[in-house]
Amino acid sequence: MSPLNVAEPEVQRRAHIAVGVLVALFAILCVAFFRVQVLQSNTYGLQSDSNRLRPFPVDASRGAVFDRNNRVIASSVPGYSVHVFPSTTPGGMAATVEELRPYLQLDDARAAQLLERARREPYQPLLVEGDADFEVVSILEEHRAELPSVVIQMRPKRYYHGARAVSHLVGYVGEITAAELEEDRYARYTQGMTVGKEGVERQYEALLQGKRGVRYTEVDALGRVVNSPLGRVEQAPEPGVDIQLNLDLDLMEWIHHIFPDSMRGAVVALDVRDGGVLALYSAPTFDPNSFVGGIDPDDWTSLNNDPSQPLFNRAIVGRYAPGSTWKAAVGAIGLQLGLVDPHEYMPRACTGTFRYGNRTFRCWNGSGHGALDLIGAVQHSCNVYFYQLGLRIGLERLVQSATDMGFARQCGIDMPRESPGVFPRDLGFWESRFGYVPNESEVLSIAIGQGPNDQTPLGMAQFYLALARGGRAPAPRIFRSDDPGEAWDIGISPEHGEVLLEGLRRVVGEVGGTAYYSSLEHWDLAGKSGTVQNAQDATRNHAWFAGIAGPWEKPPEIVVVAMVEFGESGSGVAAPLVAKSADYFLRKRYGIPTDTIQTLREHIQTDTPAPWAWARARERERERAR
Amino acid sequence: MRSLFTNWSLDSGLILALLALSGFGVAMIYSTGELNVPSPIVEGAWVRQLVWLLLALIAFTILTRISRNWIEWASIPAYVLAVVLLAATLVVGTGRGTAAGVTSFLQVGGIQFQPAEVAKIAAILALARLMASRSEAPGLRAGRPWQFADLFAPCALIGLPLALVVLQPDLGTAIAFIGILVAVLFWAGIPLTYLFLLVSPGIALVASFNTWLFSAYMVALIGLLYLRRSRLYPFEYVAVLVFNLAVGTVARLLWESLAPYQRNRVLVFLDPGQDPREAGYHLIQSKVAIGSGGLTGKGFTLGTQKRFNFLPEQHTDFIFAVVGEEFGFLGTILVLLVFGLVLYRLIRLATITRSHFASFVIFGIFGAWVTHIVVNIGMTVGLVPVTGIPLPFISYGGSFLLMCWVAAALAVRLAHQD
Repeated sequence: MSPLNVAEPEVQRRAHIAVGVLVALFAILCVAFFRVQVLQSNTYGLQSDSNRLRPFPVDASRGAVFDRNNRVIASSVPGYSVHVFPSTTPGGMAATVEELRPYLQLDDARAAQLLERARREPYQPLLVEGDADFEVVSILEEHRAELPSVVIQMRPKRYYHGARAVSHLVGYVGEITAAELEEDRYARYTQGMTVGKEGVERQYEALLQGKRGVRYTEVDALGRVVNSPLGRVEQAPEPGVDIQLNLDLDLMEWIHHIFPDSMRGAVVALDVRDGGVLALYSAPTFDPNSFVGGIDPDDWTSLNNDPSQPLFNRAIVGRYAPGSTWKAAVGAIGLQLGLVDPHEYMPRACTGTFRYGNRTFRCWNGSGHGALDLIGAVQHSCNVYFYQLGLRIGLERLVQSATDMGFARQCGIDMPRESPGVFPRDLGFWESRFGYVPNESEVLSIAIGQGPNDQTPLGMAQFYLALARGGRAPAPRIFRSDDPGEAWDIGISPEHGEVLLEGLRRVVGEVGGTAYYSSLEHWDLAGKSGTVQNAQDATRNHAWFAGIAGPWEKPPEIVVVAMVEFGESGSGVAAPLVAKSADYFLRKRYGIPTDTIQTLREHIQTDTPAPWAWARARERERERAR
Repeated sequence: MRSLFTNWSLDSGLILALLALSGFGVAMIYSTGELNVPSPIVEGAWVRQLVWLLLALIAFTILTRISRNWIEWASIPAYVLAVVLLAATLVVGTGRGTAAGVTSFLQVGGIQFQPAEVAKIAAILALARLMASRSEAPGLRAGRPWQFADLFAPCALIGLPLALVVLQPDLGTAIAFIGILVAVLFWAGIPLTYLFLLVSPGIALVASFNTWLFSAYMVALIGLLYLRRSRLYPFEYVAVLVFNLAVGTVARLLWESLAPYQRNRVLVFLDPGQDPREAGYHLIQSKVAIGSGGLTGKGFTLGTQKRFNFLPEQHTDFIFAVVGEEFGFLGTILVLLVFGLVLYRLIRLATITRSHFASFVIFGIFGAWVTHIVVNIGMTVGLVPVTGIPLPFISYGGSFLLMCWVAAALAVRLAHQD
């Protein structure tokens, strides 16, 4: 081996090139690292944070709902929800959902629904159970190691203190559906959120919802939760607004208590002072708490298949022929048009029947009422009087005036799904609906509240409210706000209103009035019963009673309408409901102890002395003698 | 004892730098085991690495005391043995750890090792011996100037183990072989034109993906060949052209034959953002780790990308991303500086040694290490495609660490004149 000449020019040259290449390579590396670590460090720092910090929505506590006396109707209580984080572990979310099934008792349908949702939003945490029991949560916490991508979160859940009494009014909440997410009103909502589905919850969703917060949870590359899920809240949720309703929860509970079991129907109570809704009750009812956190599919099926339709809100959606309760409207139209004098007798006295054309129309009282003026006709609910009044008004004018009053439209209550009244807007109605041109005899059935005329219990309450207020009434309001809503104007003067009220007063106040046995000790109750044939069951009529009540010699304060499907007797079934509701409310308002024995009938049945009733009867007799 | 002392004292700077890198490597492997969700693969890896480091240092001490002549004599048998072992891996080889899909490990007794690591050193020794015998001195052909035909023998020598490694398949080691070949040929004084012609098919391959680029490249190549026509035989002239054309035209066919993951790696190199969930994931997470380290880093063991398992192969091929994340730009520069000094020192040793064989061995080791270091570190920031190539002295891997120290021992031993 020959000695190497270190001064050899070529090897030195090569060494220099090698050093040059080395320096160049390392310079490129340094520049690359400088770029990434110094110049772009902020960007990569953010990416690093977003890598491991997963946003986790934190539901806001839903606003509480209070009644007029600050009693809680609905509030938010602590609950637990179970979520699955998106993960890249084998099988991903599907595997985790499968592992959760035995703990959460998820059936096949629910599991399939969850997987579909995971497919739609693969990078969002998946809500598996919105309302987990504490026991389930404890078990899941024990198995934490096996279920690394499962997060259990404190989540406010809804609790309805009024439960069954308020279900139709307050509605319920549930997880937002795919269809709802498409709607404009839910533009800012995301999957898994809880929204109001019915009633007040739906109507005032925007107020009650609050604003979702965000909590960041640290996860590893496989989506496994690394730190405590109850970690730092980055953006606290804003709780929803508490709202106060005009509703009286005590009254609702009282109505729920007195409404005959197994019967179907509705009770609506309005405050005469401002049109506020004091009560809105529909029977049968359901427990809104069963909807919280997702209703059990079996419960849902049985609620929907129940022939009594517990989910059907009879107070504002149900429509029934108003029958005799509508006679007050005919009277009002007659007076308004100046076609009848309050003290004028109709030309034909009631003999129990009325011949028109070649047909005979009956009065409910086959033996006849004799000659009556308007007050008497209202008191006795005399069909023959109203047949003649109807003919005097004429079909076209009657239809026009009643439509103007508002019987063909909604009342405008602040509740979703209110049905408009069914009423002919003009004579074309018969042609389009039934295919014939109506003749004048149609007016006879319209005049006694039959024919093509179906009203919601709320609609009838609204009419009586207008009557009680001298002709005008604001739209019924559930929520206490300054917005009065669109008013109803039945176009009647206060004097004419007083005439009708006198008639209604005698229905209850006069011995022989149809609802005499529903008269009350402390309150001046006026009203009109109605017993209406229906297509479903010819032997059992629907029962109505519309009542106006207040202290004696003072303006009325409450309007109550009760409608009982197949109740058979307006005066026997519906009137006591109205009387007892009004009595309960007014006693509370005036500080008189409430009692379960309220109406005259109850006094008689329970053998409780009712000296006030006899005194009042004697007084009336004396008046009449004069 | 005296000879050991002198050996150490001769290159104490180099040895201290390598010790520092190895110690730092063990520390980094410890750090990669510090995870929020512990992984059984990485847990305790630093202890195993430490044991291997001690073994490596024992081997280093022994090797620095054996005869230089014996090393030179052993080079050919070592080469033969390495080729046999590489061939054996294709038949009885196993995968392991993060490289589970390949057949690069052999099991002997209870120990698994990678013959490719042995083969690199054996190939360096054999190639050094070949080139030393043909050179009057590094940079100078004995008797006459270098001719293009002189490239064939060294190419064949490296080509055999290279082909066996590609079949495993182990792309990273294959690249290291090319690094060794180019470095040693460069050191032998082969004209740069020849070296360029040698690697020209590779350039043709890259250029072939764009027709215009390929045409321009071919024009330039023909021009170059024309200028250097006096130094080339006509058949060489034609061979280079044909080979370039062939590579350029069959490249697409070759592309079709690539496994999807291999294609992905190339594509990810060209555009890392194209598919962040799949192939580009490694590179993006690596860049995020390095970038989020900033100037001074997140602190030892505190890298979040690492802690939450976003970094792939963080204790092996991507360990430098953890260095970048936990020690920042300053740490990166410091480690690069130490590597740079080591490599500079090897050039220096290759230059000053009086033995031709020693000079070629040292420069071959330089070629291997510079390839490993630049490709490994470069891929963590996206400068080069992601290839499974470890970082010398730092990445986890027992036989690799051992062989790095064996190479260091050879360099130190051969550089030293008795």
